[in-house]
Amino acid sequence: MWWSIPFLIIFPMCIGALLYCIHVQKVRKGIAYVATPAIMAATIDLVVTYFNHGGQPVDLYVNVPAASHFITAGEIALMIFVTWKCIRAKKYWISLLSIVPTIMIVNMEFKLGEMEAAHIRVDHLSLLMCLIVAFVGGLITIYAMGYMDGYHQHHTEVPERRHFFFMVVYVFIGAMFGFVLSSDLVWIDFFWETTSVCSFLLIGYTQSEEAVTNSFRALWMNLLGGTALAFGIVYFETAAKASTLQALVQNSQDGVRAAAICVMLMAFAALTKAAQLPFSTWLIGAMVAPTPSSALLHSATMVKAGIYILFRLAPAMSGTMTGYFIAGIGGFTFFMTSVIAIGQVDAKKVLAYSTISNLGLMVACAGIGRPETIWAGVFLMMFHAISKSLMFQDVGATENCLHSRHLEDMHGLLYRLPKLAVFMFIGIAGMYLAPFGMLISKWSALRASVDSKNVLVILFIVFGSATTSFYWSKWLGKIISRTMHNEPVKDITKKNEMVSLSIHAVAMVALCALFPVVSNIYVHPLLAETFGTYTDVLSSGIMNMLVILILVVFLVPLVAYLSSRQLHTNMKLSYMNGANCGNDNTFTDSFGDPKKLHMANDYFTERIGRHALMVPCQLAVTAAIVVMFCIVLGGVA
Amino acid sequence: MRILMPILFLLLAPLAGGLLDGMDRKISARMQRRVGPPILQPFYDVQKLFAKQRIVVTNSQTFLMITYMVLIIFTGCMFYSGVDMLMCFFMLSTAGIFLYFSAVVTDSPYSYIGGQRELFQEMCCEPAVLLTALGFYILEGSFQTSDLIKADRSAILALPGFFVAFLFILTIKMRKSPFDESTSHHPHQELVKGVTTELGGSNLALFQITEWYENVLMLSVVALFILNKNPWSILCAVLVVLATYFLEILIDNTSARMKSQKMLQLSWAVTIAAAGVNLVILILVR
Repeated sequence: MWWSIPFLIIFPMCIGALLYCIHVQKVRKGIAYVATPAIMAATIDLVVTYFNHGGQPVDLYVNVPAASHFITAGEIALMIFVTWKCIRAKKYWISLLSIVPTIMIVNMEFKLGEMEAAHIRVDHLSLLMCLIVAFVGGLITIYAMGYMDGYHQHHTEVPERRHFFFMVVYVFIGAMFGFVLSSDLVWIDFFWETTSVCSFLLIGYTQSEEAVTNSFRALWMNLLGGTALAFGIVYFETAAKASTLQALVQNSQDGVRAAAICVMLMAFAALTKAAQLPFSTWLIGAMVAPTPSSALLHSATMVKAGIYILFRLAPAMSGTMTGYFIAGIGGFTFFMTSVIAIGQVDAKKVLAYSTISNLGLMVACAGIGRPETIWAGVFLMMFHAISKSLMFQDVGATENCLHSRHLEDMHGLLYRLPKLAVFMFIGIAGMYLAPFGMLISKWSALRASVDSKNVLVILFIVFGSATTSFYWSKWLGKIISRTMHNEPVKDITKKNEMVSLSIHAVAMVALCALFPVVSNIYVHPLLAETFGTYTDVLSSGIMNMLVILILVVFLVPLVAYLSSRQLHTNMKLSYMNGANCGNDNTFTDSFGDPKKLHMANDYFTERIGRHALMVPCQLAVTAAIVVMFCIVLGGVA
Repeated sequence: MRILMPILFLLLAPLAGGLLDGMDRKISARMQRRVGPPILQPFYDVQKLFAKQRIVVTNSQTFLMITYMVLIIFTGCMFYSGVDMLMCFFMLSTAGIFLYFSAVVTDSPYSYIGGQRELFQEMCCEPAVLLTALGFYILEGSFQTSDLIKADRSAILALPGFFVAFLFILTIKMRKSPFDESTSHHPHQELVKGVTTELGGSNLALFQITEWYENVLMLSVVALFILNKNPWSILCAVLVVLATYFLEILIDNTSARMKSQKMLQLSWAVTIAAAGVNLVILILVR
């Protein structure tokens, strides 16, 4: 009946183990091309089963001591693995962040024994996450199969460990399924730690010095979050004798202090996972890994886990001190990292900062914790998952063709690599142009933050909105500028990469066009489940207007384009004070020699780049987090 | 009303915008001790531009320019039909991006620099513009412009800080000195004509008309600060709008162009100090 749930968790892990043993790339590809569609099919089956059951939340696996013991064993195995890795790298203190929480959790398990409560819960939110993991994550695995071949041809210095890479990717996907479907807190903790360790392994894939440093940074930051999570869980379960996430939220809303503290600790853990300030550096450092793992971390897995748990906790955070701080930290991250993104010249870095920035907006939405903001947050998450996956794959493919991912090298990309440029255009436009995902979400988030009187968040969103538009528009302008480098570029993108890109682009456009429908049939029930009662977020007037706006923004340029083709125009050279050398690209300089024209953007890198802003921001947010801990633990609120 | 007002906007806004432009030139000329052109000169200019051939550097300029114009006019019609103000402002910034596109797509040096600066100007304005919509929302509990004009008292009484911030960025929006970063009034400057450098003939006419629409739209937001359910407030709003426009002309004629980073600092500082402080007070009081 619900066979797809254990299948989704265990099957990817088994495939991972299988891929680890196989060293022939062709066979690996064959397995992946079967396994990934199987995972997608199982997810579809889960969705169908769920809706055949009336589309109501379902609690499953109430009494499964064997599985729980297995999970406990898994926790211990993870601890041993992490400790071993840390000792080998002589980073002894990091192992403490694994040993302490694991011992606490195992100790609690022995004392309290197995509780009679559901271990798995299926509802709209977890299904949505499953769909994202299965489809976005699945497409990334397919893309990776092609990409990694080219990667090892170019990077001969990197030791060939593709079997290891694919194993981690599949285990990661399995752990994400486990994470979003679990309702038992200990299970959640286990899958949480698994994703932390998987991301650590992916980031360290190349084994270069930088990769190892960055991977350990990611490890300690995420394990720190995991430690907070474990503390929260142990404190709550011991005090309240309940073991599920739903019970936690319920208790917290009822004013149980242990629950409120646990919510705060879990929200803190989510900040680390969602790479919010001051923990943003691990996600930036993750860029050293091959592109598919960046795509995986940024879009389908890892960071979305943090957002997911915050959405779950949203009703418990609404109107509390924790919620206020989390919203503020999210808003601050949204604004500041978008400023840093303006200063980046490396396309992947821009994507990385924009991910953190968008996650910041989602965190702010969750922190405010009203139905409107969760509505906005869910849409942001969907748009972001598709768009970021598309963008990372596209930038990766562009890099393979141009041998650069410097933004300035993308000048006139539309005329040199038209297919990739169009995909890039769709990915960027979907992120911020009216009336697509980002804007309507911002609209909703702004209104809700006014309603909840959160002045700081209002200001952060308003200013962050301006800076976000700036860096995206700048990039779009770069792509469409009529090229001056006329040398043709060969598009060497592989077929499986193209398939993945096309599917993403189609999904993006479809989501833009259909989102009023998605909102009605999917997101509204999701909100009703999360908040119990629920009134319409967007009046039908707004919805109708959005449909009109979508039509206008799609149709006006199209009609203008078609009709302007008939207009009679007179083409002239561009104006250069009469100093053109007979074409648009060259002018006569002051020595009377022809000189090539080069137009470049200003990035203000020294003023607002990472070096100027990151540390002050980290300090500010760390201070805010300390204050939050003091206030909540001290019992003022 | 919902149908009539947008149609009136569609028909009358270019007339009003053109007349204001004509007055602008006349008053500026008088300030500089010149006689100045007749009031209707802008209309003659546009008429003549339409008669000229359409000169482009690259063909896609034209369709981007048309899109820019249609989206601005559409936004204005939305605003006048009484719908959501915040959504209007989002549309406005989307429309602005097409102007940027039409400038950078040419890859012509002056046009490209103008485009960069246009984008920069957008970034300076956006916070104040969005905050204005939020200020109205806090005050009246609605984003609908049709609700806002039915208020008991003029919004400016509770939103003076928002008004100041909006006036400040209005100079940027109208591309007037000291913030004429993206397109200068005089082609002999370092920027030549910025975003409009490569717009020739009827494309330049389109830009001119769009600017009239945009100015009228922005001044309508100024009027919204004054309007209330009392019919006399309409007269009052007209006077305030005219005074605002005169102020813009005065500033334009008495200041030199500012560096763009300075503009950013200044406009954001004013936004925080005026609109931000007003916002805090408003939320505390309510």
